[in-house]
Amino acid sequence: MTDTEAAVSLGGITKRFGDVTAVDAIDLEIADGEFFALLGPSGCGKTTTLRMIAGLDFPTQGSLRIFGEEVGTLPPNKRPVNTVFQNYALFPHMSVVQNVAFGLKMKKVPKAEIGDRVAEAIRLVHLEGMEQRKPDQLSGGQQQRVALARALVNSPKVLLLDEPLGALDLKLRQEMQRELKVLQREVGITFVFVTHDQEEALTMSDRIGVMNEGRLLQIGTPREIYEHPANRFVADFIGQTNLLEGTVEATDLVCLANGVRVEAPTRRATPGTAVSVSLRPESATLHRRGNSPVDVPCLDGELTAITYLGNALVSTVALDWMTVEVRMENRADLDHLTVGAAVSITWAAGALAVVGD
Amino acid sequence: MTAIDERPVDPGVEEPPAATPAFEAAAENADARRGFLLALPGYVYLLVFFVIPVLIVFVYSFADRTPGGTELANWNLDSYRKLGEPVVREILRRSLWLAFLTTAICLVFSYPFAYFMATRSPRVRNLMLVFVMIPFWSNFLVRNYAWRVILGPDGPWSSTTETLGLGSQDLLFTQQAVVLGLVYGFMPFMILPLYASLERIDLRLVEASRDLYASGWQTFRRVLLPLSMPGVIAGSILVFVPSLGAYVTPEILGGAKSTLLGSYIVIQFLTARNVPFGATLSVVLMAAMLAGTLAYFRAGGRNL
Repeated sequence: MTDTEAAVSLGGITKRFGDVTAVDAIDLEIADGEFFALLGPSGCGKTTTLRMIAGLDFPTQGSLRIFGEEVGTLPPNKRPVNTVFQNYALFPHMSVVQNVAFGLKMKKVPKAEIGDRVAEAIRLVHLEGMEQRKPDQLSGGQQQRVALARALVNSPKVLLLDEPLGALDLKLRQEMQRELKVLQREVGITFVFVTHDQEEALTMSDRIGVMNEGRLLQIGTPREIYEHPANRFVADFIGQTNLLEGTVEATDLVCLANGVRVEAPTRRATPGTAVSVSLRPESATLHRRGNSPVDVPCLDGELTAITYLGNALVSTVALDWMTVEVRMENRADLDHLTVGAAVSITWAAGALAVVGD
Repeated sequence: MTAIDERPVDPGVEEPPAATPAFEAAAENADARRGFLLALPGYVYLLVFFVIPVLIVFVYSFADRTPGGTELANWNLDSYRKLGEPVVREILRRSLWLAFLTTAICLVFSYPFAYFMATRSPRVRNLMLVFVMIPFWSNFLVRNYAWRVILGPDGPWSSTTETLGLGSQDLLFTQQAVVLGLVYGFMPFMILPLYASLERIDLRLVEASRDLYASGWQTFRRVLLPLSMPGVIAGSILVFVPSLGAYVTPEILGGAKSTLLGSYIVIQFLTARNVPFGATLSVVLMAAMLAGTLAYFRAGGRNL
């Protein structure tokens, strides 16, 4: 195992179904031991990408390597990967033990070793005592653990997870998110995880690849993706944001559409380029007009609606040229915010991000 | 009911019946009564045209054969003893073998077809279902005579073998022709239950199996076959039972040399005038069907 060799390496991977291009020339390297999430709306090609790594779909073109070995044309049973399927796909006619032992049995692992490894996998996912149950005698959460054990018991080089938590209710999902993360560190296997839930991707992954319409738009750590989205789609898909139109004036200086000049890292954008500036709702602060700090830029507008969320308030502010949402923690001193009030929006230095199209 | 009657009832106010075990039982009874009435015509039909005739056949199998005909007296087991005679045993053996062969061939051909059908889009599926059922739109007898033309001298079959330089291969009036006709006639009865059970299987299970290092054959053996077993058993019974008692196809396509059970029963009743023995053979046939059906329900109970 070397540091330089990627666990999964996609080179220009493309998948077409008839006239439809589901996955469009994706380049991606996933490091050994990484928890990687493919994130995107449904139909963006993330599941097709995962299925191509698993061998359940074959790429139309491009190269697909797992630890340096080209596997693009190998059938799934010849690849060192295992999958946790959406809705689990447990064998209904087999008990928990039989389900978990299936892969080892097919690989012709000696019987005694199968017994030990299955028991270990069942212990790992906390299913002791359920060994003889059939899948339909298990709850959704338990089925999901069986699916995990059934894949992990084979010690795959890469574990693929297709929306594994999608069928669970919120509470259980959050619990499983934590557990999966711990489990991944414990077994040290590379996880490639497909989800449409941005919060899930942000909490669990080391790195995220954001996909839309078959293209990989941005790869980065959760922080990079959230704070420096590469384009409007990513900014909008990962969390909520306000996109303010503007033009680059100079390095790190953007002139917004209403003439206000703001500081924001312009990166490669050259002066004169039309860009959007992302202002996250939670990074903004509301003041009654005239009470805002004098030496920082602000946006003036009218407070038109307040949504009460319990721990937070989301205020909708109408500017002359667009509408902005501001999310503030619910504190006692927010009484001055009433619908119809004239307000100013400010933000902390470094809160703005310039995004291209 | 008395508990309700004894309660003081305010005259003029219609009090709704209270929810008591007695009330619930009465409601359930009324429901069961309505259901029974709806099923009654079917029950009567089955009783008159199935149960009673079967009982008559059963009774006749113990009757006494006299020179003048059959007498419902001197009840005996002569007919059952006759089953052990070499001629009869040969016919039973041959019938069982051909029925088994027909079932096996139907199964081997139908399974891949049914799987293919079950994995198509709904539109293609329906189209294929129609194709499977088209033969039912024409008369069974006519279709068997069509085979006679196909297999007969100067028919398409012999002209094909002759063109291929194999000489005129005469198939008509052989056991192969009978099996061919039976397979043709009963194939839909194998395809439909197989399709029904395969169609219900989640195809992601096949992907999961492949992902867990199983080859195509192992996936079939360990996942598809066990899950489609109810369809395999149902189809096998639906083909085996009518093949065992088949009369029309062997009569039309088979030779006089190889009588099968169906024809043999007819001979007993109409030619040999041995009604008790004909009845006995029928009872044996029905017992075989019953055993098969029971086996199906027991297996179905385990798998469904």
